[in-house]
Amino acid sequence: MGDARVTPAPVPGKDRIVETVVGAARASYGRLIALLAARDGDLAASEDALSEAFAAALKVWPTRGIPANPDAWLLTAARNRLINAHRHEAVKARGMDEILRRMDAPSAAREPIPDQRLALMFVCAHPAIQEDVRTPLMLQTILGLDAAQIASAFLVSPTTMGQRLVRAKAKIKAAGIGFKIPDLDALPERLEDVLSAIYAAFGTSFDAVAGSDDCTMSLAEEAIFLARLLVSLMPQEPEALGLLALMLYVDARKAARWGTDGAFVPLKGQDATLWERGKIIEAEDLLVRASRLNRLGRFQIEAAIQSIHVQAPITGTTNWAALRSFHELLLTHRPSIGAFVSYAAVLQAMGQGRSALEVLSSLNASDVSTYQPFWVTLAAAHRACDEPAAAAVAMERAIGLTENPMVRAFLLRERAG
Amino acid sequence: MQFMLIMNETEAERNKRNDPAEAGAYWGGWTAFVQAIQQAGIVINGDGLQPPHTATTLRIRDGKRVVQDGPFADTKEQLGGYFVIEVPDLDTALEWAAKSPAASGGSIEIRPIMPPPPQG
Repeated sequence: MGDARVTPAPVPGKDRIVETVVGAARASYGRLIALLAARDGDLAASEDALSEAFAAALKVWPTRGIPANPDAWLLTAARNRLINAHRHEAVKARGMDEILRRMDAPSAAREPIPDQRLALMFVCAHPAIQEDVRTPLMLQTILGLDAAQIASAFLVSPTTMGQRLVRAKAKIKAAGIGFKIPDLDALPERLEDVLSAIYAAFGTSFDAVAGSDDCTMSLAEEAIFLARLLVSLMPQEPEALGLLALMLYVDARKAARWGTDGAFVPLKGQDATLWERGKIIEAEDLLVRASRLNRLGRFQIEAAIQSIHVQAPITGTTNWAALRSFHELLLTHRPSIGAFVSYAAVLQAMGQGRSALEVLSSLNASDVSTYQPFWVTLAAAHRACDEPAAAAVAMERAIGLTENPMVRAFLLRERAG
Repeated sequence: MQFMLIMNETEAERNKRNDPAEAGAYWGGWTAFVQAIQQAGIVINGDGLQPPHTATTLRIRDGKRVVQDGPFADTKEQLGGYFVIEVPDLDTALEWAAKSPAASGGSIEIRPIMPPPPQG
């Protein structure tokens, strides 16, 4: 490497150029968008300008070589396009000029551009933005996923998703939502919105009941990337650490969740040697770091629950008493349908089928009528109480509400006994 | 809002109907889905259909009737059944479509039902 100031290297092959552009797109997309949009809050125009800049890079770099600082080149190109687009307006880009001047300096050739992505995350999860579009907005602006990919993950038509994203961006601009980190008094609530938006990308069906950890339809990798980013930008936020730990615990079991024939394997039947040790160790460390900060919250509790499940193969027994306490704690912090159903599953596994049934029957029927984990747990609880007829009815409903074909096949086998 | 869930199956999936090794899981999955969607109280109408080889297709061309054996087009996936459901929006229709065994054993087309034409 040596001298960073080198004039562009001899023109490399086309493949290398494409590779560099794709690499830059992946690594820097969100950074560049955050910086471009922070100027006037116009995400849509920033995205257009940046995609034009990427297209220009593909055209120019093959003849002139890859610039010493590709990010700065892309930023300049995108910004020039933005200025052209707004030529009639007075351009107030003094801050940007300063950034660019510093980046153009030879010594800065490898310096990263300033990171505004945290502010962008808070914009995407702003309370003024409709809840169902916060996660899609984050996935699009920070990771550069297209509307069609996002639509599929959220089971929405691509047209609808495209419209929601366009409307949300228009709202950000029109409402003048500021690209900044919220003030301290507003921070906890606003941070929770950011965390929830990231978690929504991870998928929600796996967390409800031990043994139905199915998250194949989710954007797990993307969610983990976002959580890592958040942790690196806010290392002192215990709930951010907790969220990352939670997702790593669940993701670590990915390989064990599906047998060699593709069949679904529930948690209690999984081969723990297939779990990814690196992720579990990282999750444990994160949880310890979070606990030192002394502010308990929902994600840390959920991560602790996962931690207990993961320890079972090591100690040889599941610590049900601890699981029960953590679930009770979760219910005081964040009572949700998923948390109640999960609590009932723990009671049932502890041999308290009757108490499990009581918890389940206390839930509002309309809240659970299409919630698959409720019916799986209800079936297990009825079975534990020696009520085969009621168990069969609940199991039938669970199977009918299952989306994943492998999980459906598993439940059909369970029912057959 | 009313939608039709048009459920298409591959031949391999459809053959499970009569395959002793697969029929139990095939019908088990469908029966459970049909019950779940019925219990949700959103079904207006719905049926499974006999296999495509039982179809007969009729056209009138240049004033002549043309009757053919088989479905109107020979495609990889064939219509296997349908539901007409009443749900608040497309998102909800998509959620139900995703739970159907046809989602993994074929595909589901979701179409809004046309309102009656304006009375002149």
